Amino acid sequence: MDTESQYSGYSYKSSHSRSSRKPRDRRDRHRSKSRDGSRGDKSVTIQAPGEPLLDNESTRGDDRDDNWGETTTVVTGTSEHSVSHEDLTRITKDVEESAAPDCRRFLGPALSGALGLFAFLTPLAFLLLPQLLWRDQLDPCGTPCEGLYVSLAFKLLVLLIASWALFLRPPRATLPRIFVFRSLLMVLVFLFVASYWLFYGVRVLEPRERDYRGIVEYAASLVDALLFIQYLAIVLLEIRQIQPAFCLKVVRTTDGASKFYNIGHLSIQRAAVWILEHYYSDFPVYNPALLNLPKSILSKKMSGFKVYSLENSTNNSTGQSRAMIAAAARRRDNSHNEYYYEEAEMERRVRKRKARLVVAVEEAFTHIKRLQDEDQKNPREIMDPREAAQAIFASMARAMQKYLRTTRQQPYHSMESILQHLQFCITHDMTPKAFLERYLTPGPTVQYHRENTAGRQWTLVSEEPVTSALREGAVFALRRMDFSLVVTVRRIPFLQVREEFIDPKSHKFVMRLQSETSV
Amino acid sequence: MSYIPGQPVTAVVQRIEIHKLRHGDNLILGFSIGGGIDQDPGQNPYSEDKTDKGIYVTRVSEGGPAEVAGLMIGDKIMQVNGWDMTMVTHDQARKRLTKKNEDIVRLLVTRKSLENAVRHSMLQ
Repeated sequence: MDTESQYSGYSYKSSHSRSSRKPRDRRDRHRSKSRDGSRGDKSVTIQAPGEPLLDNESTRGDDRDDNWGETTTVVTGTSEHSVSHEDLTRITKDVEESAAPDCRRFLGPALSGALGLFAFLTPLAFLLLPQLLWRDQLDPCGTPCEGLYVSLAFKLLVLLIASWALFLRPPRATLPRIFVFRSLLMVLVFLFVASYWLFYGVRVLEPRERDYRGIVEYAASLVDALLFIQYLAIVLLEIRQIQPAFCLKVVRTTDGASKFYNIGHLSIQRAAVWILEHYYSDFPVYNPALLNLPKSILSKKMSGFKVYSLENSTNNSTGQSRAMIAAAARRRDNSHNEYYYEEAEMERRVRKRKARLVVAVEEAFTHIKRLQDEDQKNPREIMDPREAAQAIFASMARAMQKYLRTTRQQPYHSMESILQHLQFCITHDMTPKAFLERYLTPGPTVQYHRENTAGRQWTLVSEEPVTSALREGAVFALRRMDFSLVVTVRRIPFLQVREEFIDPKSHKFVMRLQSETSV
Repeated sequence: MSYIPGQPVTAVVQRIEIHKLRHGDNLILGFSIGGGIDQDPGQNPYSEDKTDKGIYVTRVSEGGPAEVAGLMIGDKIMQVNGWDMTMVTHDQARKRLTKKNEDIVRLLVTRKSLENAVRHSMLQ
């Protein structure tokens, strides 16, 4: 049960560099031009309409039925058929999330693929069309042509393999604005191919050119040009951002978890995607239940004073509140004391529960062992991992539930998920400690991520246009429904590395002197 | 006794005149020195400033000429017969004190109590 509902795939606008979405580009460019007119806080939201506010569900910790610890004694089939309240909410979530795996996500790659295929087949078309249309009039072309055929074939093969390796990957994100480099490359490819076709149409098809060798060389030159464009694509899209240039500080607004990342030259939106990919595996999961100081500590401050107004004509509310605040400030404030003791008490409680849990799990794991071949057991006693997990789960269930409740983790781990994890650990011969690793420390968010196709929604909030490059001092934020990540950009300092040669023979030492002479 | 590089060193000093005693073939003064610019100043127990590399009196032998003249343990020797002792090596200091052709050495020494006494008298 995770509090962030979906991760929307940000599809990079093409998985092929050479495809053009010409109509889409033009539309996008028109749109972005009109939007660029207004400066100011730009908040660009991404798709998936009708996104229900499901995040709020999971923060209600206590009024759901998680008394499975107390009621589970022997696990039979009945307990799996009973549906608890949390199962219900999970089911509804599933239904709504898997509803629309957004088709827009695949529009870009589809167009890119189309253009790529078109560009790939063009040289072949250049070669075949004369053969098909006016074969008898062509000059015979012997060995040189065949040599060209071979080179053409291999270059096309290299193009194909490189495209498959680099560009045929499932898109990872949908960006708010067009991805400038990719669209540039697609336009370039399209112009290239279009101009080649134009030339071909006017100079070869029209007059029915007879010099076939020239045509083959022309096709070969197109393939060379395509290879160079692919090289350009690799450099612009993949290699340019490898060398680190900026250091980003990412801070989560709710609990202050922060990390520093080194990143190269990217636009703000691409940097946002990069950061989010690292966020899911580096940051501990956001647990809203752990955030607040208990109300008992904070609310004591203001309660002691009543304000009486002596004048009749008073609507002096600001004066009143100011007086109250001043009085409260002068009063001796002991809430830090209570906070300290509350913290210590909480820690003690957690440690006690943890100790009980560890002992219970260790003991539970001693009850089963792997079947060796030489043991003779009748088939009724042999269990598969699922049954083994169910058999030992009952003894640790109560301790586990109490521990999870103390650390406010119970929304993330349902009974079913714990059973599955137990089964997984038993299958792989893990020790109790390995089994508990998942519950003792709050892991990264990706651990709690459930597989769904609709993806997760993030809003990029930035004062500068999001296709502009990162620069020193830029600040932008990535907002989610209940928290956001604030990113600050710093440039990595320029390094002056100097050399100093130390002769190994120059390492000499003397004792420190303290002599005393009598005179 | 603190030392600011580049500034002249000022101190309240006491003039002590020691007459060397002939002991066999040697002329002895009856005290021991420690310190010097080639020594480790951190180990000097008598200095206030542990970077002070001056020459300090580390021991005064009982009934010797130095004790008779009023030299006390822990004194910092500033001059010997007009020669400076604040920036000398240990060996140079020894040599200046043990010149065979001199029978009397006139030292300028300083100690903390001197300064306190002067300040005390100025306040009165």
